[in-house]
Amino acid sequence: MTALYRTLLRMYPKSFRDDYAAELTRTFETKMRGRGTIAGMFAALLDVVPNAIAAHWEILCQDLAYTARTLSRSRGFALAAVLITALGVGANTATFSVADFVLLRPLPFPEPDELVRLCEGPRDGAGWGCMNELSPANYRDAVQQTTSFERFGAFTGASVNLVGAGEPLRISGTRVTAQVLSVLGVAPARGRAFDTTTSLDADASSVLLSHGLWQRQFGGDPGVIGQSLQLDGTPYTVIGVMPPRFRFPDEATELWLPLLLREEDFGNRSNTYLQAVGRLRHGVTFEQARTEIARLATRMQHELPETNAETGFSFFRQKDFVFPRNRTMLIGLVGASLCLLLLTCANLANLLLARSAARERELAVRAALGAGRHRLVRQMLTESIVLALMGGVAGVGAAAVAMPMLSRLVPATLPLAAQPTLDMRVFAIAALLSVVTGIGFGLLPALRVGRGAGFAALREGSRGGARRQRLRTTLVAIEVAMSVTLLISSGLLIRAVMRVQAVDPGFRTDNVLTMRTVLPSPKYDSAAMREQFYDRVLTGVRALPGVASAAYTSGLPMVLTGGIAGVNIPGRPQVNRRLQNVGIRFVSSQFFDAMGIPLMRGRDFEDTDRRDRQRVAVVSKSFVDTYWPGEDGLGKTFEIREQTRTIVGVVSEVKVRGLERTPEPQVYIPAYQPPDIGLGGLYVPKDLVIRGSQELSMVPAVRDIVRRVDADQPLSSIRMLRDVVGDQTADRRAQVRVLVALSLLALLLAGVGIHGLQTFTVAQRSREIGVRLALGAAPSTVARIVVSEAARMAILGVIPGVIAAWFAARAMGALLFGVRPDDPVTFLTVAGVCVVVAIVSALRPAMRAARVDPITALRAE
Amino acid sequence: MAPSDPDAVSALLPLPPATFHILLALSVGERHGYAVIQDIETRTNGELRLSAGTLYRSIARMVEQGLIAEVARRRSIADDERRRYYRITAFGTAVARAEMARLADLVRLAKASGLTPRTT
Repeated sequence: MTALYRTLLRMYPKSFRDDYAAELTRTFETKMRGRGTIAGMFAALLDVVPNAIAAHWEILCQDLAYTARTLSRSRGFALAAVLITALGVGANTATFSVADFVLLRPLPFPEPDELVRLCEGPRDGAGWGCMNELSPANYRDAVQQTTSFERFGAFTGASVNLVGAGEPLRISGTRVTAQVLSVLGVAPARGRAFDTTTSLDADASSVLLSHGLWQRQFGGDPGVIGQSLQLDGTPYTVIGVMPPRFRFPDEATELWLPLLLREEDFGNRSNTYLQAVGRLRHGVTFEQARTEIARLATRMQHELPETNAETGFSFFRQKDFVFPRNRTMLIGLVGASLCLLLLTCANLANLLLARSAARERELAVRAALGAGRHRLVRQMLTESIVLALMGGVAGVGAAAVAMPMLSRLVPATLPLAAQPTLDMRVFAIAALLSVVTGIGFGLLPALRVGRGAGFAALREGSRGGARRQRLRTTLVAIEVAMSVTLLISSGLLIRAVMRVQAVDPGFRTDNVLTMRTVLPSPKYDSAAMREQFYDRVLTGVRALPGVASAAYTSGLPMVLTGGIAGVNIPGRPQVNRRLQNVGIRFVSSQFFDAMGIPLMRGRDFEDTDRRDRQRVAVVSKSFVDTYWPGEDGLGKTFEIREQTRTIVGVVSEVKVRGLERTPEPQVYIPAYQPPDIGLGGLYVPKDLVIRGSQELSMVPAVRDIVRRVDADQPLSSIRMLRDVVGDQTADRRAQVRVLVALSLLALLLAGVGIHGLQTFTVAQRSREIGVRLALGAAPSTVARIVVSEAARMAILGVIPGVIAAWFAARAMGALLFGVRPDDPVTFLTVAGVCVVVAIVSALRPAMRAARVDPITALRAE
Repeated sequence: MAPSDPDAVSALLPLPPATFHILLALSVGERHGYAVIQDIETRTNGELRLSAGTLYRSIARMVEQGLIAEVARRRSIADDERRRYYRITAFGTAVARAEMARLADLVRLAKASGLTPRTT
């Protein structure tokens, strides 16, 4: 039992044990004389456990009070340590949280890894994402002739005008076949889904609402089920409301309508407007399914050569539906914050090392006065942990501030819920790293006590120790290296953004207002009704003060990036359709004026270019250069959408697919001369473009005009054309902003690190400096030595930094539009800047060195 | 710490019960740890039974506060030489007296309010 008691005594703090263990054992033995063993064990536990806890608690309180006193005496140090930790922990938590949200978090569907998407695509299945949409016939064949899938559903976009709840509203919707919801595995939170069992027509006028729409427009009223709505002039019945986190296929969709595929829809294999989502059968891998799909494509190419000769399938996992570019951006950001974390740890370590020299002396004195080594270590540990905790709390605050900025990098293509939240796992890791650094370097002075080194500290004229100096120099070099890497990456990306922004879009964006008026079926099914609408709106808008020109188009460049049709040149051999694709747009008169697209030859459309006149077209210069090189193209004819048209005008190129992509040749067709075949919604003019000096203040007047023409017609997507172009670089600019902030912080920290180290060195070596000055060295020489040492440290860091940056740039290659990954200007500039910053940081200590008074220095200590 | 420094004395009041009893036990003379426990147990009729851990924690604190001190020499040949003996200091006596006065004041105040202890 005594043995048990002695073991239990180890629970006490060591200092207490050293003093009183013997007495405690003796007293316990005496007390327990004559008592049973069981009673004795209980008594031992009851004696030791609460008292040991109380003893530790008392020591903790003492240490905390001591820490508070010490830290308030060195406020600068405490503040610096907390800020640095907050920076490293906060920046990393925020970046990791966003990256994890986008790249790693599972989608809000059951078994999301089994979800796949199917579209049409190039013959060899190359490309990324949904290259081309499916025709119903090809979709049906894919569903019926494969065995890898449990179920498939098809969907297509269907934005509608909602009338009857206040202002007419334009709502983004999606038409889905009844199977889509069961493929996704999500049921409505209220009401029911579309019926898969009954015949097609039963649910034809049902609609499912999103949770958000239900809350906003219907006040969350549970009685909305069964309510009737007017969508595009047709009554629909609400049959259900989806759960709050459900988003499919993207953030914007707020209602779901039934997609009914009738027999006649399967006739035309080139009418492509569907996408498909499917679920893999249990036990089938993605690769197996992909192989089966590829084989089906090949079979169909052979069996249906007229329609499917060049058709393949695009097949990918739902969760991979992140632009490779976004993925690269996010990974780049993660790399950048790792750099910063490393840098802040190095800086923290440096800070603590600097302090440890002073602390050593203090601790040596206390050790000489009788404090045990254990106790001192414990005290330093408490201090480091308190600092780390304060830094961690500040770090959470910093991360919370940084999150909204970083959230703008979440791509819209993923059907994820709204905002990424702080990821506590990441926070824990970053905090752990900082704590480990803090404790590791903070404990150094205490650990050296009692090993003889402590006594050396008591001696007059103690030095820092050469090893510590080398360690600090290495840490500073690491900081410089990280700064260099970050700065070079930022520099390259900044140049890339500037290159993209410098690309001429092909049109002029000054003073151009755009908005959308999507005319719903069935009210506007007839071309006459539509044309009357355009006429009346355009007449009204063109009469507004300050308006130079106004026009309608089927799609703004960079907003409508697709819209492809095949052309045939009479008299030339029929080449494969896909290779003769052009972008097709239906525009009213004044379109080129309003957009600022230069008309190079011929004429613009006039209001007289109507159905009863000759069919005309305006084409881009690249179109003429492709088919009639060297000629001016006016008067030439070609076939498009089964109609022959004559070229009456040639305009210069427009970057319809975005600033960074090369577009196909463009063909513009008068809005009043549509082809005889039914057009999909893609080709109906809907975007109003107004060039005028009033900009956004015109909007109420335009709204009035539209209301007078049709009171039920909503306006949507109201914005300036320059913002459309600006959006092209929005994500790049967001990324650059974050990177630049990180880089500047890194550079600042590195500069501070160098300054701190040199100040310390000068103070330590003031005697040596005094000797040199006394022996006749000029003060400027001494100053120069300090500065050149700083420069040497910087160069020591620049070299590995440049190497790391070189690798990073290559990894980011896809983002470097128009910039070489090894761009010498950027590399050299950054290296130069870092050396300059190092020199500047060392100026103050250098001046202090020069001003050392030899007599005082030699006399002191 | 001068024994009659009033600020130092009042800074320690009120005394935790264990501390007061230990001071009482040592005010009679030097004692070792177990003897203190026994003494307190007897004096309070078994109501206050200090365990070894509680005792030595209090002793450690009281030594730091200067209320008691360890006795340097051995008491007598008969006693175990590993035993450590403690004695009350002048400061400790002053503090004990102050605590006594404080408690007496309290009793007087209570009596003045008409509260009399029930005699069972």
